[in-house]
Amino acid sequence: MLAFTIRRLGQSAFVLVVMAFIVFVGVYAIGDPIELLINPQADAVERARATAALGLDKSLAEQFMSFLAGALRGDLGRSFVFNVPALQLILDRLPATLELAGAAMVIAVVLGIPLGLIAGLKPDSAIGRAIMAGSILGFSLPTFWVGLVLIMVFSVHFGWLPPNGRGETTLLLGVPVSFLTIDGLRHLAMPALNLAVFKLSLLVRLTRAGTREALLQDYVKFARAKGLPARRVIGVHVLKNILIPIVTVIGLELGSVIAFAVVTESIFAWPGTGKLLIDSINQLDRPVVVAYLLVIVTIFIVINFVVDLLYSLLDPRVRIGQAAAAH
Amino acid sequence: MSSVRIATEIPPAEAAEPRAESPWRRFAAEFAESPLALAGLAMLVVIVVAAIAAPIISPQNPYDLSQLDVLDSKLPPGEHSSSTGTTYWLGTDDQGRDMLSGIFYGLRISLAVGASSTVIALAIGLSLGLAAAYFGGWMDALIMRIADIQLSFPAILIALILLAVLGQGIDKIIAALVTVQWAYYARTVRSSALVERQKEYIEAAHVLALSRARIVFRHLLPNCLPPLIVVATVQVAHAILLESTLSFLGLGLPITEPSLGLLIANGFQYMLSGKYWISFYPGLALLLSIMAINLVADQLRDVLNPRLRR
Repeated sequence: MLAFTIRRLGQSAFVLVVMAFIVFVGVYAIGDPIELLINPQADAVERARATAALGLDKSLAEQFMSFLAGALRGDLGRSFVFNVPALQLILDRLPATLELAGAAMVIAVVLGIPLGLIAGLKPDSAIGRAIMAGSILGFSLPTFWVGLVLIMVFSVHFGWLPPNGRGETTLLLGVPVSFLTIDGLRHLAMPALNLAVFKLSLLVRLTRAGTREALLQDYVKFARAKGLPARRVIGVHVLKNILIPIVTVIGLELGSVIAFAVVTESIFAWPGTGKLLIDSINQLDRPVVVAYLLVIVTIFIVINFVVDLLYSLLDPRVRIGQAAAAH
Repeated sequence: MSSVRIATEIPPAEAAEPRAESPWRRFAAEFAESPLALAGLAMLVVIVVAAIAAPIISPQNPYDLSQLDVLDSKLPPGEHSSSTGTTYWLGTDDQGRDMLSGIFYGLRISLAVGASSTVIALAIGLSLGLAAAYFGGWMDALIMRIADIQLSFPAILIALILLAVLGQGIDKIIAALVTVQWAYYARTVRSSALVERQKEYIEAAHVLALSRARIVFRHLLPNCLPPLIVVATVQVAHAILLESTLSFLGLGLPITEPSLGLLIANGFQYMLSGKYWISFYPGLALLLSIMAINLVADQLRDVLNPRLRR
């Protein structure tokens, strides 16, 4: 267990450094931020001074080393545009993104698993077919287009929900959140639903497929033959077995929801990290782009790690030692 | 549909029947069991034909500026042009461009980008996956480790990183889509190749002293194809969706080659003033394309999945 943990941590650190290098070198290669930041009428002396102030006159290797050294101290550089530490900028925006992603995940799980179970138990019934058709539709709907249609219907046509922003926020443990006020909830509803659609469809399919396969297994046949009530067969024998892939997917999708929030945030002008990323790419605000990607990659590595641990807890067949030995 | 299923589920009936049916026939018959899948296939054919024939069937060339009339800008669907009198069935955008023509051309670009990136990714993934399964050892470990790491990040994040690094352009977006996709194919091919390699027909081929290349390409590969076909169909839809999302965010294709995503982004700014059609119809075209592919993929998965065949 300990060996596995250490091994995985080492691997994670390696991935992080590689990612940092790719992102840093890549982002370094695009555009010249000086062009954007400085007055076009500025003379050569002025330009050189600005370049030196931003550290852009040093070699790439030097810049990367000083970046790495800074990163270890939690300093990912200063935003060219806002002139505040990039990390702080991202951490300020992170609660909004996490709230949105969390709300979307709750919607997806609360609706997706029961619907998938129904569709799996009665695949040929009208309701089973209707759920599947809905799931195919949800799978095919482009997230950004759903967002537009939601705005079109609920904001423009009916005028019920606000099309953008986060609304009134309250502090929960010192972090601003929207879901505790009516106004905040009204702002949260559409973006959260928008972000949930895809995951909801995914969970429906996954649960349905798992249920259908589990029903064919001998242990389910045996449980039925034993005369166990249907409730127990489904609740214990089926659900417990299909839960393993579902938990994995929920865990992994949590990260993907955070990544996909980029799209939803752009549409609904939700002031989270995703919108910040798109704005920063367009403004060539390199430190923010690099910092965002590193923060997200770190979040991912943590999520993957936790999912691996959970997996072994849920499924006694996956002994952690074996998993580590296999790779 | 269920009656046919039941018929194939009874072993004696199947065993008694001589093997006159070719595998292709059986495959086609099983595919046709679902009317929904057939509808999807028909829709897909119409969409592909429309995309290929875009220059012929479009009422106007949407990117020939001389054909556009600014006076016709932002007309709602069904309005007539003030100068030529032609009907704009799906309205016009801010530059007076016929949306229907814009959609045909956009579809063409979206499908081309999706299909070409899938084919390239398939070729790369297939080669690497087969190599990993066949050679094993450090090569297997290296390739699969990279695939694992990559697959632990969502596609959109990898694509965002790459496009933030590479910049805009049709070649760059294809490169990003290929990078995102190859690992799925590599993993699928490897796992089925490892299973197939243990089977008796491969052993028999070895006993016959057939060449390695012949065993890999004539015996191993064809038997690894079914799961790969399913993955590839799903991935085409994913690639199209991802491309349009990136273009919508302004990171994908440049404005000179507007895919459906860019058309939708272009109309977004007029959404709040009630001019819905500029965004809505390109989105509908995108939705229908992806749904058609998904319907076909779904049925393919059911037909080709041996685990559901009992």
